[in-house]
Amino acid sequence: MRIRTGWVKAAVFTAALWPVFSLTWRAFHDGLGANPIEFITHATGDWTLRFLVLSLTITPARKLLGQPSLIKFRRMLGLFAFFYGTLHLTTYLWLDKFFDVSEILKDIAKRRFITIGMLAFFLLIPLAVTSTAGWIRRLGGKRWRRLHRLVYVSACAGVIHYYWLVKSDVRLPLMYGAMVLLLLLYRLAVAVRPNPSSAASRASP
Amino acid sequence: MIIRNRPPLSYSDVTPRNEYLNRRRFLAGSAAVLVSGAAALRAAKLNVASKSPFSTSEPLTPFKDVSTYNNFYEFGTAKDQPSQLAKNFKTSPWHIKVEGQVNKPGVFDMDAILKIAPLEERIYRHRCVEAWSIVVPWIGFSLSELLKQVEPKSTAKYVAFESYYDPKQMPAGAWAGISFPYVEGLRLDEAMNPLALLCTGMYGETLPNQNGAPVRLVIPWKYGFKSIKSIAKIKLVEKQPPTTWNLSSSREYGFYSNVNPQVDHPRWSQAKERRLGEFLKRQTILFNGYGQQVAGMYNGMDLRKNY
Repeated sequence: MRIRTGWVKAAVFTAALWPVFSLTWRAFHDGLGANPIEFITHATGDWTLRFLVLSLTITPARKLLGQPSLIKFRRMLGLFAFFYGTLHLTTYLWLDKFFDVSEILKDIAKRRFITIGMLAFFLLIPLAVTSTAGWIRRLGGKRWRRLHRLVYVSACAGVIHYYWLVKSDVRLPLMYGAMVLLLLLYRLAVAVRPNPSSAASRASP
Repeated sequence: MIIRNRPPLSYSDVTPRNEYLNRRRFLAGSAAVLVSGAAALRAAKLNVASKSPFSTSEPLTPFKDVSTYNNFYEFGTAKDQPSQLAKNFKTSPWHIKVEGQVNKPGVFDMDAILKIAPLEERIYRHRCVEAWSIVVPWIGFSLSELLKQVEPKSTAKYVAFESYYDPKQMPAGAWAGISFPYVEGLRLDEAMNPLALLCTGMYGETLPNQNGAPVRLVIPWKYGFKSIKSIAKIKLVEKQPPTTWNLSSSREYGFYSNVNPQVDHPRWSQAKERRLGEFLKRQTILFNGYGQQVAGMYNGMDLRKNY
């Protein structure tokens, strides 16, 4: 089956911007509740994790569904995770701390959920920078893939950030945690088990 | 002809608040007559005898914010859940059992509670441990009025409170991650402090269910979670009673939990707070600004240790 990726890509791109439209619409229609800044912080954080999970789903989905062309969406989803992560961080730096540098540094040093949240974000920066075709070429596929395994660490850090921040109801962080764990276990299983088809193809050149 | 410029709705076009409240009361009243023994009337007006000198003159937080942004984990852990999930919470009939180290233990029904003392309106600052705050016109009377009626014995040193808990009416509570019934406690002198309010209403009306109907505590110099909601039991005891959040995480939530900008929650700073409706954060004040009335109770105590 051939997917007309041009159109689909445009549709996915638009859909991925939906949270921004929704937040903007809510902001102008009294829809952000009693604590709008908290609402925006939570929404952008949630969407960062969702896009991280989605981007990690691409590789297993390609193989399990037999849709290799899904690879065309992986970069976009990863960059949207970075986009929402940037909005999330900006909300914190600006609307929560008002760029009070000493406060922010104290927070990073003292509050472990902030520390690990920052780690999750900063690990995404090199991945966003090297997401272009040019950088893949410059680094070479092997090195590029190795570098981009940092997303596993970032996703785990993001989930722990969420888990450490909630007061008592850990259902949502655990749900994200389970999804990330499952997606990483899939990769582990693929890595440790020799692929039968490739073994077969090697045996008969 | 098409009229393109419709004039904007002016204030006089809107039903005045009093009228629609009357209407609502009328409807609710007729419903109650039809279905006697039905749930308590929603938002009945409360007759307030006086305005308390303890009131702040700061601008009130809008009723909508105070009634839709709630921590009431029995009805869900998201802020907007209690206002949805507590709609059908049955608050009538209601009884508070008062027992323990007292000469006159007893069970008070709502009528008896409302007769203990004249209702006052008290506009208090209310500071949540999560670093947000509101200004609310509560209605009630000093908790001490109730305690005096039951005559605490000399052995009574603390007051333990327990919320009503019914898993059938509060199914979301099963996922809250804290154990129910919710319990709280005060030292007897704290409970007798005139600022400690036994609260039955806000904004001129009975309490909305999500705000702790039909009767709750409001302890304005302590973090909000000390102000226990929907009280079912009060027990005077000799030893410091267990409290729900302290049982959940003793590092983070102490028995005293006085508002204190110097003593951070382990996971976040308590130096500042966001007053709902304001953009910039404001400085948090020791004892939430009620130091004059309450600081004396903590003389000689290390507030870092007794957080």
